[in-house]
Amino acid sequence: MSTLEANDREAGRTERGLPANLRRDQPLVPVDTIAGRALMAVIAILTFLASLSAGAAVLAARASDQWRGAISNEMTIQVRPDSHRKIDDDVARAVMLASGLKEVESVRAVPKAESDKLLEPWLGTGLDLVELPVPRLIVLKLKSEAGPDLAGFGATLRREVPTATLDDHRLWVRRLSAMAGTIIASGFAIVLLVLTAAALAVAFATRGAMAGSRDSVEVLHFVGADDDFIAREFQSRFIRLGLRGGLFGGLAAIATIGVLGFLASRWSATPEAEQLQALFGAFEIGWTGYGAVILVALVVAVIAGLVSRFTVRHHLRMLA
Amino acid sequence: MVRFENVGLRYGMGPEVLKDINFSIEPRSFQYLTGPSGAGKTTLMRLILMALKPTRGLVNLFGQDVSRLDPDTLTAFRRRMGVVFQDFRLLDHLTVYENVALPLRVLGKEEASYRAEVVELLRWVGLGERMHAVPPVLSGGEKQRAAIARALISRPELLLADEPTGNVDPGLGRRLLRLFMELQSLGTAVVIATHDLNLMDIYDAPRLVLADGHLHVDA
Repeated sequence: MSTLEANDREAGRTERGLPANLRRDQPLVPVDTIAGRALMAVIAILTFLASLSAGAAVLAARASDQWRGAISNEMTIQVRPDSHRKIDDDVARAVMLASGLKEVESVRAVPKAESDKLLEPWLGTGLDLVELPVPRLIVLKLKSEAGPDLAGFGATLRREVPTATLDDHRLWVRRLSAMAGTIIASGFAIVLLVLTAAALAVAFATRGAMAGSRDSVEVLHFVGADDDFIAREFQSRFIRLGLRGGLFGGLAAIATIGVLGFLASRWSATPEAEQLQALFGAFEIGWTGYGAVILVALVVAVIAGLVSRFTVRHHLRMLA
Repeated sequence: MVRFENVGLRYGMGPEVLKDINFSIEPRSFQYLTGPSGAGKTTLMRLILMALKPTRGLVNLFGQDVSRLDPDTLTAFRRRMGVVFQDFRLLDHLTVYENVALPLRVLGKEEASYRAEVVELLRWVGLGERMHAVPPVLSGGEKQRAAIARALISRPELLLADEPTGNVDPGLGRRLLRLFMELQSLGTAVVIATHDLNLMDIYDAPRLVLADGHLHVDA
């Protein structure tokens, strides 16, 4: 036959006369459909929410580290007034005992005036506190790698200075740790829920796309495509949608976190901002946070690809 | 190549639409499948394509009983067949070029390796200037030719064409028939489903005649 024989000769030749702008290798499953754009918007929104949750968890983890670091590097000795004892002597004795510990970096007895000032928010200013039994405080700064023998020191302190008590802030550390742990766990639970929602959305969208492409799938079968090929075509479509949705959602989350950080720094002079800063430190998620956001976006894309592949394979098995 | 023995088919609990079908298609043969509209020509083709399973009887393709085929073998058999659907079945979002290249693309071939071949075939069927177009803007005859080109591009061992000249003018119809005859001479078995008596008169070949669900061979 002239045509087919000519093809053999033609195959070896250059592409003479071939249109330069010929469209080739378009996805076999259409991507730019209304359903595809809607799914991409859903994925973007879910990624945005998941990324914010991940960012909040990272923020809480960083703040928690700061709190624990600040509190656990400090201990306080409280010396109560006793009418039978001279409080200044007790303070001096306690300072001397504390200074003898090799894990302690510095010891500072809080002056009485400073102790009195700590009571001003509750008792008001201008009061003469001489008659009040206000305890004296001694702040011990620990070396960063320190692990002092607290039980031993506490016993020595009680023996030497009966009016003194040692507070190592463990209770506070435990409470703050529990609170931070709850925030982090909640953040990850929300991320998991949102990822599950994304997987379900993709599964339903894939089923819809399969139903809409039933004829195309049949044609692909007739021209010799196997189930793997068809599943790959759908998977690549949904990975693309997932990546685009994840990119938009992740970028929106990063922008939101950036704007919140900027606003927090602008309002840092207000008492509310100071409170927030005391709780969360600077509103900054760091590279870990940005890494978490990017990871969430990538995981969403991977989930979109895997779920669509699984759904297509299941659908094709049903058709067989 | 294809052998049907006492094949019957019914949809659900309905009556049998095909009854006791017996025929065979030999390699390098040429035959018409004919009968009135609704006689079951397309259904019979779908049975050969393994898109339908018979409710009884034996269908043997390329020497194997199709009821025992695993999915990989089924795909391999389909790659040895070309099919022209009555309703064309072109993918609307792909260009004519991409539609025709589809059987080679699903084989995993590089686009550069088949580009010239696809363009040459498109020019031969008169679609050289329409390879950029998508099916929704093509006429019925152009879609028909694109569907035929897609069936031929992989040089199948068995070509099944369902009313392949139904939407083209008589001149092109004769030209396409000559193409099918050339294919047969190159080693492809050809089955053309048609009820166009004029077409069957151009080239005399055995006729598989379907009527009332039964098939007889008119040699």
